[in-house]
Amino acid sequence: MTARRTFAALLLCFVATAATAGPAIVLRDDGGAEHRLAAPPQRIVTLLPSLTESVCALGGCARLVGVDRYSNWPDSIKDLPRLGGLEDAQVERIVALKPDVVLAAKSARVAERLQSLGLRVVLVESQTHADVRRSLGLIAQLLGTPAAAERAWSAIEAEFQNAAARVPPARRGQKVYFEVASDPYAAGAASFIGETLIKLGLGNVVPPELGPFPRLNPEYVVRAQPDIIVASQQALQSMAGRPGWSALKALPRQACGFVEARYELLIRPGPRMGEAASALADCVAGLPAKTAAATGTKDGQ
Amino acid sequence: MSATLVPPAAAAAAPVLADAARRRRLLLTLWGLAVVLALLGLAAGPSGLSWSAWMADVGGDQAMLILGQIRAPRTLGAWGVGAMLGLAGAIAQGLFRNPLADPYLLGTAAGAGLAVVLVLAGATLGGVAIGLATAQWLARLGMVLAAFVGALGGLTLTLMLARGAHEPMRLLLAGVVVAVVLGAVSDLVTTVSPEALRGKQFFMLGSTGFLGWSSVWVLAAGLAVALPLSHRYASALDALTLGEDSAASLGLDLPRIRLVLVGLLALATGLAVSQAGLVAFVGLVAPHLVRRHAPAPQAFTLLASAAMGGVLLLAADVLARCMIAPQELPVGVLTAVLGGGYLMRLLKRQTSE
Repeated sequence: MTARRTFAALLLCFVATAATAGPAIVLRDDGGAEHRLAAPPQRIVTLLPSLTESVCALGGCARLVGVDRYSNWPDSIKDLPRLGGLEDAQVERIVALKPDVVLAAKSARVAERLQSLGLRVVLVESQTHADVRRSLGLIAQLLGTPAAAERAWSAIEAEFQNAAARVPPARRGQKVYFEVASDPYAAGAASFIGETLIKLGLGNVVPPELGPFPRLNPEYVVRAQPDIIVASQQALQSMAGRPGWSALKALPRQACGFVEARYELLIRPGPRMGEAASALADCVAGLPAKTAAATGTKDGQ
Repeated sequence: MSATLVPPAAAAAAPVLADAARRRRLLLTLWGLAVVLALLGLAAGPSGLSWSAWMADVGGDQAMLILGQIRAPRTLGAWGVGAMLGLAGAIAQGLFRNPLADPYLLGTAAGAGLAVVLVLAGATLGGVAIGLATAQWLARLGMVLAAFVGALGGLTLTLMLARGAHEPMRLLLAGVVVAVVLGAVSDLVTTVSPEALRGKQFFMLGSTGFLGWSSVWVLAAGLAVALPLSHRYASALDALTLGEDSAASLGLDLPRIRLVLVGLLALATGLAVSQAGLVAFVGLVAPHLVRRHAPAPQAFTLLASAAMGGVLLLAADVLARCMIAPQELPVGVLTAVLGGGYLMRLLKRQTSE
């Protein structure tokens, strides 16, 4: 039923594309600028890992001619020129690559410079799930394959649903502490990571009022007694050594520590969010039953 | 130009009775403030300063954990780090006879910072997790040692570049250059090892959030060594204010004295940096405040500067916890704003005089 409806929608989209297939692609980017292109760009530079991933997920990987320093997915981009990071993009090399379009984060400082050098820079904001969905639409439109966006988004949604189904019922509503940096900064309910947790049926120790990634008083975390802790493996190893944190009941067994490469997957708001949700769900499902861990002897400290 | 920032040191050489009273008053005030702030530090939690939350904390079943394991060491640790910085500042200003001398302006802190970043990078490259948040003794001691060596290295570089500490301007310029270069090198390290970047960011802003009992013991041991030792060399510092020649004519073994004091400076800075990262301005401002309220011989200035530094950083820590609770401000940002504001006022007053 849904498959048929999707097919119908796709067909409609294709027809629509075919009908308007002509010289002009018109789109408004997240910086508010309007772009008119005679044809889909053939040479694309991306300056953010999630943008690289979006282009590839939408079938435009072959058109990439350069990516930022941190892009590392999919494997096919690993031989492309590396053009620096968010703060230190290499203007000269980017210009020398003669891209038809540069995709950059809305906050990228280099955007203005590149624009003044005559390059077309499409600014994309991805902070929330809605942003990711919209930016997929924007990039798909740019690539001349607008239908691909809905396909990609449906795939993400399907992965969310599958992942949510794998979270054991006993875990529903349990509060997660998701650490993004050891200061400690946490991913709150207002962040895209928080949105993913909500879709998985999990709670968050950081309420949305505190903003997406607040720097917390370490005591706040100890008091909140999260049911589940998610962090990079490296951060997780140091946690019990922080003053008072050995009293966290979730340590060490109710915790998901991700190695750096997997952890990156979790903190990128892009087309692999569904895969990230799966990784989270699998970890949560693999945690030992709560009763076993709750009898730990860590209360005394 | 900068030398006018401070009352002439000669004022300290002729203590009058009124000065003794002022000194007593200052010490009493500092200890009183330390006690009040320590109590506030015990009370300030994720809900800021609130009476009902405090009562709940004390009566709650987590009282030992929250108060004993988190807030008490954090509060004492903040005081200890501030005391180290205050002492380091006073030693630096006395030793170099330069009122702008400060662990930050002499390349000491930059050297300690670079050493810590190198340890962080080396640790992550080796696959072992070490962070400021890690309390393991070995890691702590390694970090302290690295910070000490780094501080010594940075200071030596500055002194070499300035060809000794005779000319204040030259010394300051050399310190700035060394700080910038060493800072750039640590930036370079973090570009190569992104894992160190996360630790470093935490470290650059300065943080008192993860000071535990192990930090408190390290700081206490440091103070137990540094305070008596600096007190012993205080009279030499007094003699130095009369100039190197006069000091030498008094029969002082200047090279040895300088070596000991430079070592002390590096020890105090290295300890502070290894426990709490780069906390700005406390070392610069604390001795100024002391001299302003109670001009005195170095024996008093050194100890009072330590007490003043402790009070300043503890106050900043309590503020950092309360201002946007349950979120936190980086404590280094607060000290920079407060200390910078104080210096601005001082400069303005000096120029208008």
